[in-house]
This record gives sequence, structure tokens and C-alpha cells, in this order.
Amino acid sequence: MGSREMVEMTNTLKLVTIPLLLWSVVASPAIAQSPTYGVGRTPTAEELRRMDISIGPTGEELPPGRGTAKEGAQVYLQKACIGCHGVTGIGGAAPALRSEQGADLPVWQKERILPLRSPYATTVWDFINRGMPLGLEGTLTPDEVYSLTAYLLFLNNVIPEDQVLDKESLPKVKMPIGDEFGKPHEFKLNSPRLKGYPY
Amino acid sequence: MDSKRNSRRELLKLGTALAGGFTVALRGNAQAQEHSHPATPGSENASPMIHGSKEQIEYGERSKYVTSVRMAHPVGGRASPDVFGKVFHVATPLQDSVGVITPSSLHYVATTRGSYLPDIDPRQHTLTIHGLVDRPLTLTVDDLKRFPSVTRLHFIECAGNRHTGQQKTVQETHGMTSCSEWTGVLLSTLFKECGLKSSAKWFVSEGAEEVKGASSIPIAKGMDDCLIAYGQNGEPLRPQQGFPVRIMVPGFEGIYHTKFLRRIKVVDRFYMNYNEFGHLRPEDKELALGEQIGPKSVITYPSGAQQLPGPGFYEISGLAWSGGGAVKTVEVSTDGGKKWNRAEFKNTAQRMAHVRFAYPWRWDGTETEIMSRCIDEIGQRQPMREEIANWWNVPFERNYRVPGLDNSVMPWRIARDGSVTNGLA
Repeated sequence: MGSREMVEMTNTLKLVTIPLLLWSVVASPAIAQSPTYGVGRTPTAEELRRMDISIGPTGEELPPGRGTAKEGAQVYLQKACIGCHGVTGIGGAAPALRSEQGADLPVWQKERILPLRSPYATTVWDFINRGMPLGLEGTLTPDEVYSLTAYLLFLNNVIPEDQVLDKESLPKVKMPIGDEFGKPHEFKLNSPRLKGYPY
Repeated sequence: MDSKRNSRRELLKLGTALAGGFTVALRGNAQAQEHSHPATPGSENASPMIHGSKEQIEYGERSKYVTSVRMAHPVGGRASPDVFGKVFHVATPLQDSVGVITPSSLHYVATTRGSYLPDIDPRQHTLTIHGLVDRPLTLTVDDLKRFPSVTRLHFIECAGNRHTGQQKTVQETHGMTSCSEWTGVLLSTLFKECGLKSSAKWFVSEGAEEVKGASSIPIAKGMDDCLIAYGQNGEPLRPQQGFPVRIMVPGFEGIYHTKFLRRIKVVDRFYMNYNEFGHLRPEDKELALGEQIGPKSVITYPSGAQQLPGPGFYEISGLAWSGGGAVKTVEVSTDGGKKWNRAEFKNTAQRMAHVRFAYPWRWDGTETEIMSRCIDEIGQRQPMREEIANWWNVPFERNYRVPGLDNSVMPWRIARDGSVTNGLA
């Protein structure tokens, strides 16, 4: 940082100090303060990278890797998904992964199954990655998760069998539900959940 | 080391034997003694005595005559435990409850899709807050206990807590809610410690169970009253309630109260986790009737499958709660909803906590229906099912399913023989 920039910054700081102090009273969460208690430790970047398994709708947290439905069908066999979820996603003791109902039925009239109802293919990837297979969670490679996601989406007629899913293509998959689902409203403290309900 | 332990055990055995011998000796004396006068009436023991044991000294048990237990919920639904040994939904026996604290052993249990219970060593467990913060932070359970704490009464209710005409008891209709005293650190304290960036809008809370259940929660809620709890009813959380750490999101559906909390990621947008996918509804309006629990109340005595011995005085008693704040008033009707009478509170109504209400009633022995309704501090009112159907402009039918969370009024029918049954049946 050059000295001129420093001077400019100091001036800016002077200008904003007073309003900032006032503002901090009402909007303190948004202000960078120094820690009050100093308890705990700073996690390393590597620790954070390993533990951050949340995949948002844009897929920015997705790891490198790729997979297709054909490869996913093999993984589905190898990883014994078949034992709980049935031969092609139906008929096991665990929740069904494929709709039994007609392809032309609107999605809201079909069963509530993840690969079908989710608005984002990233949700499917995220859940397989964090929660499957039962008892062996966290053992799938990114390629295997991409492949299984592709297989389940193919089984539900969402993508073609040869489509490659990766960090770029997965968030772009057009899910059957489209945009036809309720959006979370902005939460306001001490407000009725739905104004005027039931009158 | 081993020999020391053995000798200690022998000493204990000796102690037990001595104590036993002493009792026998006393009894022997009592029998052998000859009295010139009969024993003083009234000083004899009316019941057998429970002899002290090591276990009782260490961690007390309830009477063997108290048999109230939880049950898998809903009846005829998914089993708990299921074929994999996972637990899904387990309901609290509200029909036997008194006061507002649910004993930790009877607190309802719910998992998103069936889950095992992680057996967490609290010394190995950490909570990490990261994402849109100035200083990511990793805290051990001991670290958490160093922060200023709060202790608050809060209910939790599962979104699956719906009453239908097929259910028999209040445990079946309303048992997926419980209330405890929770102790922990306000999330706002930790957020301030980390320094939230101005782009922070949501946070994702994540548990350490095998599916790492995660929920998206608004930052405004997190800064208001969310609680990182390590204590429940005066002791550490039970494993079924998220030992060693869970998040309390007061007034929100149970699923948001992530158990075994290991990570909070602060983000700038709504993350569609598996839990959120389960919440999806076609319409914004129906979605809005999820998340925050509406004002709700139910009579727990007299309630379904109970029996009134005959006409005469009864104190009608029940629980009321709301996700919108403290319950302000509760009304009770004993004539099927024609006349509503103000109920009294048995404890101080607190924000997002059960309050125990009561109404004195003299039953004349005729068939009737009793029910309760409440209003919370922000003016939300508990509706009748007919009112909800009218609001949605759909015909009201006996099996009408309330959109969103079901906080409608619950009627109990009392027959001439004093039997109590589900008024929706």
C-alpha cells in the first residue's frame, strides 16, 4: 500500500468514523469489531476446506471431478446402493429414488423424492456426498458422487444417459420442478408468519 | 491398580452385607419383642420401603408406578427404530404432563429421514463458524462454556405434529412438542466474536450425525435469539437432543434446531439443503406457514382415551405456545365452541415456551366438547379448522388437511359415560 493511499484511507476513515459509530449501535452485526472474549482458535484454511461440504445453488463449493449416468449405474452396483434403494432406485427398504408415476404428470403430483423434487441438482450432489452410503459416509470420491447424481437424474428422465456432470454443468441442470415452488419470504422479527392469516 | 479396585469392591460388598444384616437384625428384634400394649396405630408403614442402592444414590429413578413412556410417531407410520436401527419420530406423553418442563428422558425425538445417534466424545467435538465472517472460529465445548451464558425456557415442535381424526390420545395428536430449560451461549455473542461481514444474510447449521443434517436460517434470527445450547434441564444435553451441542432456533420448526452442531457457515443466500428440499411447497403462502410455529394450544386433561369418573369438579388443564413470542391469552370452551372462557396461567408465559393454562369446570354429566384456543403477544390467533378452509377458499371437510404447520383448535368429546375421545373423529 503506497503512502498516498494510506493518506486517502485515513481521510476516509475520519469522514466515516462518526456516522459509523452511530450506525454501529443499531447495526452492530455488520461491523467488523475486534473479538471481545478471545476464546477459541482460528481454524486453518486446510481445515475449513476439508470440513466445508455445503454446496450452494451456484455450485461454487463443488470439487473438481466428473461423471455420467452410465458410470453412475456401475457405482450404484459397486457401492451396494442397490441393497437399500432397490435395483433401479425402487423397491428397497430405503426411500425410493425414482418416480413410478408417468413422466407427463406435473412434478407436484408425483412422489416427494429428492432427485425429482429438488430445484437444484446441487442438492442431490450435496446429499449423496454428505449422507451416503449408510455407515460409509464420506468414502465416495467426487467422481463417484458426480456419477451417482447423473445416474439418479437419468433414471428420472432429467438428463440424457451420456451427459457429463461436473462443477460447471451440474448447477446448470434444469430440474423438473423448474421455478414452480414457493420462495422463502424475508424473515422479520416479531412478525406474523403470514399477514392476515387466517383473516 | 486392579488389586486396589478389587479390594474396594470387596469393601463395598462387605458394606452391603453389613447393611443387610443390620436390617435383618432390626426386623428380628421387632418380631421377637413382646409388647404389653398394642402398637401405636398410625406409625406403621403403609407401603414397602425402597432400599437405597448405589444406582439410586448416583442417579435417581422415578417410581415403578409411574409408567408414562414415549411412543413411535405417527401410529401406523414409519417405525422407530426401523429395520436399519434408525430413529425417526418419537412422541412425548403429554397426557401425563404437569407443569411446563418435559423431563429430558421424555422429550420428543425427531430426525429428518431417520438417523442413528452419534456417540460423541465431547472432548473431541468442536464447533466451527466460518464463511462470511472476519475471523473464522473453532470452539471446543469447554471453550463454549467460557462465554457468557443464558438460560431460557423454550419449546421445540416438529412440523409433523398434526392432529387428525384417526388419532386417539394427545400424545398421538400433539406429542411432537416438548419444552425444556436450555442453557448455552447466544449465537449473537459468537457472531460478534467472529465479526459478520455486511454481505451475511443466511447461515447454514450442520450436525455431526451420519447424514450431517443441515438447515438454512436467516441471520436476523441468528442475531436475535438463537442459542448454542449445551445444557438441558440442569444437566448436559441428552444424546437424543444433540449432545454435546445443539442450536436452538426459538419458535422455528424442530428441524432447524440442528443437533450435534459442528459447523455454522455464514452465507449470502439461501442454501437449498436436503432439509429445505423437504420444506418445498408450490406456493409462497403455504411456505410462509412453515418455518415459524403458529400460536397453538391443546387440552391435555381431560384428553383422548382418558376417563372421567363422573359428574363434578375438574380442572381442565393444557399447554399453549407460539413461535411468534409469548402466549398472551388462552380461552377454553366447554360447550363445543359456543362460549369461550378466559383460562388462567399456571406459570409466567415466556417467549417461545410452553405455558400451562387451566380452567375450573363442573361437568354436569351431559355429552359435550371441550377445546382451547390462544392468542400470542404479536396478535396471532389460533384458528378453527373451518376458518382455515375459509381463508384458503376451499370446502371444509372432516379430513381437511391444514396447509403448512397445523396449529388449528383441537376438540375433545366427552360422552355421558365420562369417556374422552377425539372430537375430529
